[in-house]
Amino acid sequence: MLLEVKNLKKQYGAVAAVKNVSFQVERGESVGLLGPNGAGKTTTVSMIVGLVTADEGQVLLDGQPITSDTDMRKALIGFVPQDLALYDEMSAQANLELFGALYGLQGTALKDAVQRVLTLVQLADRRGHKVGTFSGGMKRRLNIAAALLHNPKLLLLDEPTVGVDPQSRNAIFDNLEQLRASGVALLYTTHYMEEAERLCDRIVIVDQGTVVANDSLRGLYQRHGASNRLAIELAAAAPGDWLTALRAVNGVMRAELRGQTLNVEVRALADDVPEVLTCVKQHGLTVTHLASERPDLEHVFLSLTGRSLRDP
Amino acid sequence: MSPVLLSLVRKDLRLFFSDRRSVILSFVVPIALASFMGAITGGKGSDKVNRVSVLTVDQDQTELSAKVMKNLAGDPGLEAAVSELAPARSLVRNGKVPVAIVIPKGFAESSARAFFGSGERPVVTLFTDPSHATEASMVRGILTQHVMQAVSTAAFNGHQGAETIDSLLADVEDAGAVGDPALRDMLSGISRWQHQQATQPKPAPNEETEKGGLQIPFETRVEALAAEQGESYDGYAHSFGGMGIQFVLFASIDCAVALLTERQRGLWRRLRAAPLSRSMLLLSRAISGAIIGALILLALFGFGAVVFHIQVSGSLLGLLMVCTAFALMASTFGLLVASLGKTPQAARGLSVFAVLVMVMLGGAWFPAFLFPTSVQKLTLFAPTRWAMDGIDAMTWRGLGLEAAVLPTLALLGFSVLLGTLAVSRFRWEAD
Ligand SMILES: Nc1ncnc2c1ncn2[C@@H]1O[C@H](COP(=O)(O)OP(=O)(O)OP(=O)(O)O)[C@@H](O)[C@H]1O
Ligand SMILES: [Mg+2]
Repeated sequence: MLLEVKNLKKQYGAVAAVKNVSFQVERGESVGLLGPNGAGKTTTVSMIVGLVTADEGQVLLDGQPITSDTDMRKALIGFVPQDLALYDEMSAQANLELFGALYGLQGTALKDAVQRVLTLVQLADRRGHKVGTFSGGMKRRLNIAAALLHNPKLLLLDEPTVGVDPQSRNAIFDNLEQLRASGVALLYTTHYMEEAERLCDRIVIVDQGTVVANDSLRGLYQRHGASNRLAIELAAAAPGDWLTALRAVNGVMRAELRGQTLNVEVRALADDVPEVLTCVKQHGLTVTHLASERPDLEHVFLSLTGRSLRDP
Repeated sequence: MSPVLLSLVRKDLRLFFSDRRSVILSFVVPIALASFMGAITGGKGSDKVNRVSVLTVDQDQTELSAKVMKNLAGDPGLEAAVSELAPARSLVRNGKVPVAIVIPKGFAESSARAFFGSGERPVVTLFTDPSHATEASMVRGILTQHVMQAVSTAAFNGHQGAETIDSLLADVEDAGAVGDPALRDMLSGISRWQHQQATQPKPAPNEETEKGGLQIPFETRVEALAAEQGESYDGYAHSFGGMGIQFVLFASIDCAVALLTERQRGLWRRLRAAPLSRSMLLLSRAISGAIIGALILLALFGFGAVVFHIQVSGSLLGLLMVCTAFALMASTFGLLVASLGKTPQAARGLSVFAVLVMVMLGGAWFPAFLFPTSVQKLTLFAPTRWAMDGIDAMTWRGLGLEAAVLPTLALLGFSVLLGTLAVSRFRWEAD
């Protein structure tokens, strides 16, 4: 196991930032740490990288706790802080050289590493420019590059796409998928559903300092009532008691008619859709179009906590 | 230096020199101010004298000299203390006291004779600190006044006066050396008057009788005590030293602010996530701060040497020692500011005030001896005072390396103290 987080707890005065958080990340696995503002994500991440001392609990890297500030096993982690941690006054290259040196890189090894990450995030042509002159998206990319110089086994990203335009976000995601494919494990903190859905094998949902779910995407959807939604367009609006019959069909959780569109929620797409269509047909209705919507984490979170993820 | 430490220090220096504002503030402003202050104080001390400290040395040990000493002690313009020749000389030389008065042996006798224009005038030596020329001339004036009073009173009323007149008379009559009949008449007249007075009850001395006199009965020889004899006070050396001290401290505040900004911007989190120790992080800041401070002092003295011909009349090594120790002290002061300050803005506000007080107490603006004695003692707790003394000693005072040792040690002591305090108070978990 690459990373084991066991029963972490951190109290700030009256605020219990982290109450009880445990999860694991395997080699090469990519895990999303999901939760609303103030859930304790950053605090958890800070305890993992040793910035904050946990009140209780343990962090094991490769099965061993980190014992000191200078423990070289800290280099297993590449840390991308939530804030842009870059020196605006220095060039991209100078920034990277500094951060590489902190992990013991020197000489040509350092030069090569700088070149490699600059190429990865497509900033090689801007290497000599001061970071202060970079756009927000470029800074975000460099912020990630700075964590990759020493070839970490685990990349720990704390909301790496905050305030990023869609184009840069895509670029970042391409980079992360590339890294993931090359075997780097990711621990990805966010409150954007679609990011976690796109990138993560497994999702750990935290709320108010505790883990409320820890599962694969599929498992979460299945377990937490996230339904598959169907939008069935009918040839003509035909209200009637057939709706009651449809709601009685096994697997149908909800059915509503709005104009000519029939919205149906089913438990399992493959099993339930044929039955829904049969029922509709039996009542003499003509289907002109059928679409299904993917389930999402927003629903999972809502069902877990009774609150929406975006505005706590 | 380890490569990690080196890269951290290099980063700090890069950041410092990338900020044009702080570079101008640290290098150009002090040079301009020091040039200006050096020009207006050059060679002269301050005019705003309240009570001047003097040391009085009585080598004569006569009734007359005792009276002069007593009058000096009672003078409202002076704060006189009795001393011996050797300590008086070294105290003035080291800038602890601006002036010392030495009344020579045989003063009473020869001054009385000289009063009437006969014989050599005794020489009263004034040891002066060249940086306090105004005080020296003021003391000279006060001294003349008291000697005139004492000598003239004694000449007409005292025991010593009678002896003098008699012996003068004898000289005149015996050798006929002074062939002036008028003087002979006058002397015998006074002699008769004195003998007559001596048999009558003495009138209480009053202002009238105390203020008589014919001629200034002594000479003063001013001995400026600094460096080798004749080396004179250099207002530029003092002002460049003083401004250097002030702006090195300002630069150290800048470094503290940079550190706090680094933390505020989350950079601290990235640095601390790397496998390096906390002491390494603080040490790198201390070293870069000290380098910046040393560079500022170097630039200032370099400019002063080239443009205003400031000379290191003492030990160059000593000057380097004092400057290095001070730069280190300043950078640990910066660390302490960083460890106590919550936000960069708060840290700057309070510490600028602290620096100004320190600089003022250190005597970088105007001489420390102008302060009341109690405050002067207090200034020994100001590291700036030690730095100023050390720099003065090595530049225009021209003292040897040994005079740099104590200031250097004191400054290193302050560095250890401030550094320890900073490390123990540093809030590592603050965001
Ligand atoms: N240094 C601190 N001092 C006091 N309280 C803190 C500190 N750091 C975090 N907290 C509190 O702990 C709780 C969790 O904060 P944390 O930053 O871990 O949340 P988060 O999940 O990262 O939120 P966000 O999505 O907004 O980044 C919050 O209530 C926060 O106010
Ligand atoms: Mg956070």
